[in-house]
Amino acid sequence: MSGRVLVGVKRVIDYAVKIRVKPDNSGVVTDGVKHSMNPFCEIAVEEAVKLKEKKLIKEVVAVSCGPQQSQETIRTALAMGADRGIHVEVAGKDYETLGPLQVSKIMAALAKKEDAQLLILGKQAIDDDCNQTGQMTAALLDWPQGTFASEVSLDGDKVKVVREIDGGLETIKISTPAVLTADLRLNTPRYATLPNIMKAKKKKIANVKPADLGVDLTSRLEVLKVEEPPQREAGVKVETVEDLVGKLKETGRI
Amino acid sequence: MANPLKGEVIRLYKNLLYLGREYPKGSVYFRERLKSAFMKNKDVTDPEQIKKLVARGDFVIKELEALYFLRKYRAIKKRYYEPEE
Repeated sequence: MSGRVLVGVKRVIDYAVKIRVKPDNSGVVTDGVKHSMNPFCEIAVEEAVKLKEKKLIKEVVAVSCGPQQSQETIRTALAMGADRGIHVEVAGKDYETLGPLQVSKIMAALAKKEDAQLLILGKQAIDDDCNQTGQMTAALLDWPQGTFASEVSLDGDKVKVVREIDGGLETIKISTPAVLTADLRLNTPRYATLPNIMKAKKKKIANVKPADLGVDLTSRLEVLKVEEPPQREAGVKVETVEDLVGKLKETGRI
Repeated sequence: MANPLKGEVIRLYKNLLYLGREYPKGSVYFRERLKSAFMKNKDVTDPEQIKKLVARGDFVIKELEALYFLRKYRAIKKRYYEPEE
């Protein structure tokens, strides 16, 4: 086994920022807004780095698809312990329509090219909340998948994954190479401090175009409209129980 | 200021300033307080004292990292997971 782990990281609007919808309802305001690595992607990077520190794998490669600024996200992954990065350059209109289908095609091509033993992704991105990229990539590669992982352990050429599912926890054993997606409780991501960022400047980030990987970026989806959720209406206060019953009858609730 | 420790103090200041960018009350608020905290101790010459202050600064770094993690964890947990019974 190559001992190489690929980690996908996505540059998203920072989780703490208040999102504003563009006046023309075509999307969300991104210009001048603080961006950072998707929190679930941070957890994915941390897991890969942990595996390397335990000497279970040899190399961690951070991958991001997007414009020039995606390199900052790769730099953060390098500061957290990844060995090198791959920036798949997607800009302009292509970037606006970039979704799980295109990204999973890119990831699948890279996973084959880099002879990856594991591909770890965040379970979903906090901007589009698709929760599809990991699953689609596994399908394209015909690799087993351990999604919503809250615990990962390597056992020879197999991986034991404890998954967070609706009913509780499910433990599965899958063979490598495999795709894993990280859930919140998988680990505690380390902070990329200034000394780490400085050290990471020496690490290399390769530049790749989707065409080099033979990937077609055409989207089958078209965003028609983006709206804010409906404003919560103010509540009405009543004095007595009779008033409450009266009001409920009025609005046809009972 | 004792020469080798000068580097330590500057390193600490830079690291804290970098961390302050994500401070919930804003990086400007953080920078003002960071500067005044360092300025308050600018006349300390005893190397032992300086080492103690630098250690306290490193402790603050750990506290900030914990703060940022908890804040993010709680926000994501609240947004994506059902409240526990």
